[in-house]
Amino acid sequence: MSPLLDVHELSASYGRAQVLFDISLQVQPGEVVALIGRNGAGKTTTLKAIMGLVSARADRLTFKGQSIVGRPTYGIARLGLGYVPEDRRIFTDLTVAENLEVGRQAQRGGRSPWDLTRLFALFPNLAEMRGRRGGHMSGGEQQMLAIARTLMGNPEAILLDEPSEGIAPVIVQTMAQAVRAMKAEGVAVLLSEQNWAFAAAIADRTCVIERGSVRFQGTTADFLKDEALRTETLGV
Amino acid sequence: MDLSFVAIQALSGLASASSLFITACGLTLVFGVTRIVNFAHGSLYMVGAFTAATLVPWLLEFSFGPVSFWAGILLSAMIVGLLGVVIEVLLLRRIYGAPELFQLLATFGVVLVLQDLVVQVFGPQDILGPRAPGLRAPVEILGRRFPSYELVLIAAGPVVLGAVWWLLRRTRFGILVRAATQDRDMVAALGVNQALLFTGTLFLGAFLAGLGGALQIPRVAANTGMDLSIIAECFVVTVVGGMGSVPGAFLAALIIGQLQAFGILIFPKSTLIVVFLLMALVLAVRPSGFFGRPEILASGHAVGIVSRRPTPYGRMLAAIVLACLAALPLLGDAYLLKVATEILVFALFAFSLQLLIGVGGLVSFGHAAFFGLGAYGSALAVRWLGAPMEAALPAGLVLSGLGAALIGAFVVRLSGIYLAMMTLAAAQILYAVAFQWVEVTGGDNGIVGIWPSAWAAPRDAYYWLTLILTAATVFVLTRVIDSPFGYTLRAARDSESRAEAIGIAVRQQRWLAFVLAGAAAGIAGSLYAFSRGSVDPSLLGIPTSVDALTMLLLGGIQTIAGPLVGSAVLHTMRDQVMPVTALWRLVLGSSIIAMVLIFPRGLVGTIRYWREDRA
Ligand SMILES: Nc1ncnc2c1ncn2[C@@H]1O[C@H](COP(=O)(O)OP(=O)(O)OP(=O)(O)O)[C@@H](O)[C@H]1O
Ligand SMILES: [Mg+2]
Repeated sequence: MSPLLDVHELSASYGRAQVLFDISLQVQPGEVVALIGRNGAGKTTTLKAIMGLVSARADRLTFKGQSIVGRPTYGIARLGLGYVPEDRRIFTDLTVAENLEVGRQAQRGGRSPWDLTRLFALFPNLAEMRGRRGGHMSGGEQQMLAIARTLMGNPEAILLDEPSEGIAPVIVQTMAQAVRAMKAEGVAVLLSEQNWAFAAAIADRTCVIERGSVRFQGTTADFLKDEALRTETLGV
Repeated sequence: MDLSFVAIQALSGLASASSLFITACGLTLVFGVTRIVNFAHGSLYMVGAFTAATLVPWLLEFSFGPVSFWAGILLSAMIVGLLGVVIEVLLLRRIYGAPELFQLLATFGVVLVLQDLVVQVFGPQDILGPRAPGLRAPVEILGRRFPSYELVLIAAGPVVLGAVWWLLRRTRFGILVRAATQDRDMVAALGVNQALLFTGTLFLGAFLAGLGGALQIPRVAANTGMDLSIIAECFVVTVVGGMGSVPGAFLAALIIGQLQAFGILIFPKSTLIVVFLLMALVLAVRPSGFFGRPEILASGHAVGIVSRRPTPYGRMLAAIVLACLAALPLLGDAYLLKVATEILVFALFAFSLQLLIGVGGLVSFGHAAFFGLGAYGSALAVRWLGAPMEAALPAGLVLSGLGAALIGAFVVRLSGIYLAMMTLAAAQILYAVAFQWVEVTGGDNGIVGIWPSAWAAPRDAYYWLTLILTAATVFVLTRVIDSPFGYTLRAARDSESRAEAIGIAVRQQRWLAFVLAGAAAGIAGSLYAFSRGSVDPSLLGIPTSVDALTMLLLGGIQTIAGPLVGSAVLHTMRDQVMPVTALWRLVLGSSIIAMVLIFPRGLVGTIRYWREDRA
């Protein structure tokens, strides 16, 4: 089976400072892959580089077999690759319903589309605040809205940047459920995380990056077994 | 003043408010999404008026009736909308990420180009449009006659407000536009093609400008001065309302309409002043207007002088250039000396602006204010006090310094685009004063007979005087740039909050920079007045401010020598090109646009970049 998202030797720099060094990773259809690393390891930059939001070089960077190097960000999103940034970037002036409208794209393939009813079933809190402005929501609510907004585009894969950051434990549970629900729908997820407990509970495979390079890639189970590596890279 | 009179004044105030709002609404929408203040918005308004004044009579001849009239108005607005699309695709799209100074200059380049094109297409005469069929008879209101077309205009404003509100709130396009106003990258990451969104916004903005202009044809003749007068008013409306806010623009237009209608009773000649005073007042209380938000202004796109060490090589070069300049009169060419004098004057003018822009990061769009104050200061001293040149030159310096102190006090509270608008507004106030206060300033004709004293009257003597004063002022300013004061200015330019955190009184320092730059520009203005023998309001006008900016851009904003070289090149170019073509503004405008697009470092900056690149 050819990977849905195939990243091969991806490098990126901010100005003169190179922060990613030949990152390679794959995401298969319907799979949850955790991208693990400490602060500043380069997780966010990896996701942004895939989305074309920071300029990057890659030996190969394909989504659904099509090269996405140099493609405009909106074109990458239209192919069915969703992105939820770590700072959520809710449109604070727009209502919940309007935020969701911005994310709406036509349905792709044979899958049943995500619509308001299904999203509100997944995130019941959002249903009650349709008319509320994005700026008047808590961090957890904004995180749910950010995910729901991206799902409105009916993506085949989602790049999810630290969904558990700065959020109450109860809501972290909701996030985990949401990721499982996406997986159940066949949506692949590349999840950047520092919260290892959260990632370990939902990821099929794990990719550890350290100072911009891949340190480990394999099944989550294998990573769980390798205590030495875990202590060294994550301190857990 | 009876009730009916008040009612009629209020109604005509409402009618002007409507017209102003329709146009300004387009400007504020475009700014909201693209973050570009489109200087050419007023030109689009002018094109709308000319197109309608040509198209509507033609349609009426075809079939006379209200349908033809209104169809012609809408069609004209559509044509202007398409022109907006062309401007977006060819130019704006390439400068979305550029520093705001470049954006303003490039769109001003469009203003210049359109000025010449309008004359080419529609001819140089004013064109008065037909009156609207069915609305020719005035209506009677409280026993007074009131034009019925004005009533339609009064209704048009709220109708446009409603339509725009509906578009922004109820359509997908509107929701996307509002989202893009806030976070363009995120909109793209959600799969929206921003390019289309921006093009659509430009169509809408230009359509509204065109509509605003087209609706004027029964009231005022389409004329080639409309662009700059309406853009100044639109700036006021958008700034007072808050940049990017449509309801803000509506409220501001209402207030300004009434101020103009009733201000005319108090200051019959100076409604413009009342309007700009309102702007100063509002910005003093609310630095981002009624409904504007401060955060969208924190773009922090300062371009400027980085750091420089005076090299012996540079000093030697300066000495050689100075010696050559001093020897110029030996050539005995009177015309050359006249041109050289003017180049020096403008070099000084541009250099003083460099202190504000390059060092302070304060994008002043009204530097002509100080140049003009210097010139008028001298001229008024000669005209009314009979002062000799020796006394009149300092008088110009004092007037411009005082003016800069006053304007600076308002302006330093602002930043970015608001600062640019405010300086432009200040210069326009002075322009209006010079234009309208005929008894003192001579109005449009200005003041003549401003000649140097006998000893400085010969061309070469006056040239030397100019050279000495220019060189001395430039020398003082370079010392200022390299002084601790210069460093604090640069620190504040690069990060205002950090500069404040380390204890720099940013406003105070900037105010001082304004006074210094204003006084230096004043010296240039005074010298210019005596070299020409006259002053007139154009010295205070927007084109004069833009000349200084163009010289800066041409020479290179990041360099010390840039403005001096830029002044020489621009002046020489003008001298060579103007006589051979009637399309000087077209040439100048296209050159400005080309420079912003392909040559943003300027001449000196590019040379230096090449040298450093090789090193
Ligand atoms: N805009 C930027 N300009 C310059 N350097 C940056 C920028 N953004 C990130 N960096 C640097 O790039 C490196 C990787 O940052 P990145 O945000 O990708 O890390 P991360 O793994 O997502 O960290 P965190 O867990 O804190 O979110 C860091 O060293 C960071 O300092
Ligand atoms: Mg991160």
